[in-house]
Amino acid sequence: MKLPRLHSTGWPYAASIAALLIAWQIAASLIADRVLPAPAVVWTVLVREAESGALLYHLAVTLARVTASFILALLIGSAIGIIMGRSVLIDRLGDAWLIVFLNLPALVTIVLCYVWFGLTEVAAVLAVTINKIPNVVVTVREGTRALSRDLLEMAQVFQFGRWKTLRHVILPALGPFIIAAARSGLAIVWKIVLVVELLGRSSGVGFQIGLFFQLFDVAGILAYTIAFVAVIQILELGALQPLERRASRWRR
Amino acid sequence: MTALVVDIREKRYAAVGRAGVHVALKDLRFEVEPGELVCVVGPSGCGKTTLLNIIAGLERDFTGQATLPLAAGGRPAIGYVFQTARLLPWRTVLENIVLVMPADQGRERRALDLLAATGLDDVAHVYPERLSVGMGRRVALARAFAIDPQLLLLDEPFVSLDEPTADRLRVLLLDIWRRQPTTVLFVTHDLREAILLADRIILLSSPPARVVASIPIPVPRGDGRDDAAIENVRRQLLNEFGEFFQAL
Repeated sequence: MKLPRLHSTGWPYAASIAALLIAWQIAASLIADRVLPAPAVVWTVLVREAESGALLYHLAVTLARVTASFILALLIGSAIGIIMGRSVLIDRLGDAWLIVFLNLPALVTIVLCYVWFGLTEVAAVLAVTINKIPNVVVTVREGTRALSRDLLEMAQVFQFGRWKTLRHVILPALGPFIIAAARSGLAIVWKIVLVVELLGRSSGVGFQIGLFFQLFDVAGILAYTIAFVAVIQILELGALQPLERRASRWRR
Repeated sequence: MTALVVDIREKRYAAVGRAGVHVALKDLRFEVEPGELVCVVGPSGCGKTTLLNIIAGLERDFTGQATLPLAAGGRPAIGYVFQTARLLPWRTVLENIVLVMPADQGRERRALDLLAATGLDDVAHVYPERLSVGMGRRVALARAFAIDPQLLLLDEPFVSLDEPTADRLRVLLLDIWRRQPTTVLFVTHDLREAILLADRIILLSSPPARVVASIPIPVPRGDGRDDAAIENVRRQLLNEFGEFFQAL
């Protein structure tokens, strides 16, 4: 039985956080300006925003957008990746599209979605999803290509049929690839969501940061950033890592 | 009525690189009676696995046919024991067995009975990666019987095991087969193994493979086939088909 392993625990982690805070404090006292407020100042802003309820509201809104586009991108990207990995013809047909979308800058997708579908929630989530799908496709396609022919033949002889083969042979084999896509996905998606919010929404962490930018309020920017980084880290440790352990429990 | 009719005109593999077209099987014909245990013996690389894959429906690119006349309509249930166990590593031993069985209520019970009969009840809830190679093959054997196969195909299932383990598995195979009789086609390049198990041995030539001889084993199965008897039959076969076995 393996113990739950959180890769970011233990004293080196605490020490590096402390070092970061100290460096920040020193830099802030040297500059002594609104451009770089000291940790204590940012902390005060964080507490103030939390007490007013604004922080929680904007965090929740952003998190909802992250979750929606994250799940959509994973589902659609995995489906396309499996199909492209299984069929040489579809893979060749779709390859050019994939390359275009892989190289499409996030900013272009966001702006076009807003132009075509208006400054709406749907356009926002759609833009992030489209940005993430190609990466999921590439990773899952790789996994599908590596599927064991032996096991697929076994499934064919024992007449598993499509659905049973997908559920018991293909998806478990793709587990590590889908989780890899999910982890890199989470890291990308939340950053893009902030840009989407900055450009076309009136709520969320990205919107707040835009607001603080106009007011030249660096303390506000840092407070929201830190809060959101913490939320994503909790998601990674609390959801993705346990999921990964579950998916690989059959390994020796 | 026969249980299996094999009539393969030709199976060829397309040229790869400098290697020309490879004709694996040519005019390969034989029949198997219901409940018969037939061992197919031939030199390595003579297309024995290809033959089984054709019968199992995995290989469709050939001329001729392989039919199971007794399977009236619908796809016949064919159990296949591959050279390696081919278990789903992410499913437990029990789940691996249950998954191949048609969905109904009693299947878990029946799977557990089968595991008990094959001496696997202790590992029912273990993932296959924790099993020894011999145990894995045992599970694969149980899985093939779990579907009540009309035809059981075995492709050198006991190869690369140590001899005592392989022997135990041979005895186990005969044991389950007696309790759950079915038509068996067993591919091997080990003549002793074939003599121990078979009602009849079919000898295949080197590629392009065809049937060289079909030899019923006269000694009754069980205690009659002790080491001496097997050695005796082996000598006779070597005498009669000496040239052929030199290629083995």
